[in-house]
Amino acid sequence: MKKGYFGDFGGQFIPELLMPPLIELEEAMKTILPSEEFQTRFTAMLKENIGRPSAITYCPNLSKDLGLDLWLKREDLNHSGAHKINNTLGQGLLAKMMGKEVLLAETGAGMHGVATTVAAAMLDMKAVIYMGATDVVRQEPNVNRMRLMGAEIVSVESGTKTLKDAINEALRRWLADQENTHYCFGTAAGPYPFPELVREFQQIISKEARQQFMDRNDGDLPDVVVACVGGGSNAIGMFHNFVPDESVKIVGVEAAGTGEPGCDDSAPLDHGTDGVLHGMKTKLLQTEEGQILPSHSIAPGLDYPGVGPEHAHLQDIGRVDYTTINDSQAINAFKVLSQREGIIPALESSHAVAYAIENKDKLQGKSVLVCLSGRGDKDLGILDQIL
Amino acid sequence: MNPMQIKIEKANKQGKVGLIPFLPAGFPNREQFWKELEELDNAGASVIEIGMPFSDPVADGPVVEKASLKCLDDGINLAWIFDGLKERKGQFNAALLLMGYLNPVLQYGLDAFGAACKEAGVSGLIIADMPLEESDFVKEAIEPHGVSLVPLIGLNTTKERMALYADGAQGFCYFVSVLGTTGQRESLPTRIKEKLTEAKEVFDIPIALGFGIKHPDQLKEFEGLMDAAVFGSALITHIQSGNTSDSFMEPWK
Ligand SMILES: Cc1ncc(COP(=O)(O)O)c(C=O)c1O
Repeated sequence: MKKGYFGDFGGQFIPELLMPPLIELEEAMKTILPSEEFQTRFTAMLKENIGRPSAITYCPNLSKDLGLDLWLKREDLNHSGAHKINNTLGQGLLAKMMGKEVLLAETGAGMHGVATTVAAAMLDMKAVIYMGATDVVRQEPNVNRMRLMGAEIVSVESGTKTLKDAINEALRRWLADQENTHYCFGTAAGPYPFPELVREFQQIISKEARQQFMDRNDGDLPDVVVACVGGGSNAIGMFHNFVPDESVKIVGVEAAGTGEPGCDDSAPLDHGTDGVLHGMKTKLLQTEEGQILPSHSIAPGLDYPGVGPEHAHLQDIGRVDYTTINDSQAINAFKVLSQREGIIPALESSHAVAYAIENKDKLQGKSVLVCLSGRGDKDLGILDQIL
Repeated sequence: MNPMQIKIEKANKQGKVGLIPFLPAGFPNREQFWKELEELDNAGASVIEIGMPFSDPVADGPVVEKASLKCLDDGINLAWIFDGLKERKGQFNAALLLMGYLNPVLQYGLDAFGAACKEAGVSGLIIADMPLEESDFVKEAIEPHGVSLVPLIGLNTTKERMALYADGAQGFCYFVSVLGTTGQRESLPTRIKEKLTEAKEVFDIPIALGFGIKHPDQLKEFEGLMDAAVFGSALITHIQSGNTSDSFMEPWK
């Protein structure tokens, strides 16, 4: 297989001027990442700073309501509130050891921006965060957190003013500032080596969850594993170590937006076609002429018209089923999990929880392990207007 | 030999740098665009670079981005560009080059794209988001139609990578003057000279310097190291202020 590809998907579709920093990063992945110094420091940070391993939690009340066994992998319990920190501390440490001084990042929900800012503060680096102007308003608590921790925040006014445009602007900044800046990409997408690098840091989710589940279930594996898919990082992290387990059904949940006919959604795997954006060949929401369509989800972290290339491949080979949940189903799950288990999920993660709720008839008696990618404090402002 | 190279070398033989103006297709509006092309052609452009608007132009600065997005809003697409060029085929002295991003070209179909270029009299293509590593399949599809893929290199391109780009390259090589996006700049980095010297050693086709250029005075220090100059943002800004291409080209004549 061609380097940087997952089947037909992946690659490095970026301006030539970005190739040197990508090649430098690829080298660092081969030399610094496996080094004892990196591994020792990273393992310590996972434990001391993130609080890994994160718990898995059985949901007794909701399991009874739904007639299935519902388990959650609690990435919401990580320091800074989401899975994103696994990746930013990994990339941050790598960048630091590469001699970089600045961590540049894009963010949709703000969780990746917060996590990058935490990493920068811990590693004595500077954080520069690009965020679509719409998301700056939608995710104010995270913007405030980033400011408090010292990030420079750039509100992106171009295009659709969401995640896709934040990525465009961050790539432009990286073009100009590549010498001392690492682009701490937030999801398992973008040009090679990012999809592999981010997966490497996120696969700890399934490494832990698989063992934890077996420990609690006499060595049995779950019947179904579920995660929400925006760019695809929490999902690839949750799926990776279950992919070889043929008995495990794996489900990725994309955002269907309002779900009305003709509405914008964020479901390129379910509704998209093959194309090239942000450095990768993947599934995209696009017009027949190849212009990228605006996306929508009530969950800012899912609001992206593309998806990581490995997911396009896993769909292609039929290993993972991708399906959609709409805004109101996600809001329902947000409320149900909060009320029945005392856990307020992020709106992104609520899409994954909603899969179990909406498909309860099919899932009777099954064990369903859901990646709870983040906590919902950040979303209370959005929900205030709706609840 | 590719017409782009022929035109640039012709200018060079007359003691001039080749002129490569850039305008997004359909800018500033559908009608005027074709008039601007005529003016650029009459003013002695060697190659005219026509932008294919894309929703997410990551290599472009704010001026080009805004202009391109407006063209998209006006419904400009590849079919419109090809139709307009076909109608005017044979009317331009300059060679024609299309510049854009990969996705719209892919959706059009690579082979169909190559054939349409040929029919429309287009002899070159720049894809801003496609480095060497990914370029083979595009080259294979368009070269049989007489369309050359123009390599883009820059200040951070090693001589080894330049050599890989130079292998089989046709038309001209586009040297990006800055680490950054398109757009006017007050001064150009000093490292350009050293890298242009390397490029000159590696490429046997003309070298064009682009990004950040607005006036011929900026090029004096690079004499002998470059064969052509590309200007886009400055020209767009000039037209946006109510001027014409003709007056922009005046100091370059
Ligand atoms: C809590 C949470 N879950 C999921 C996502 C989606 O990202 P990914 O698909 O890369 O996991 C985000 C993105 O911001 C998020 O904040």
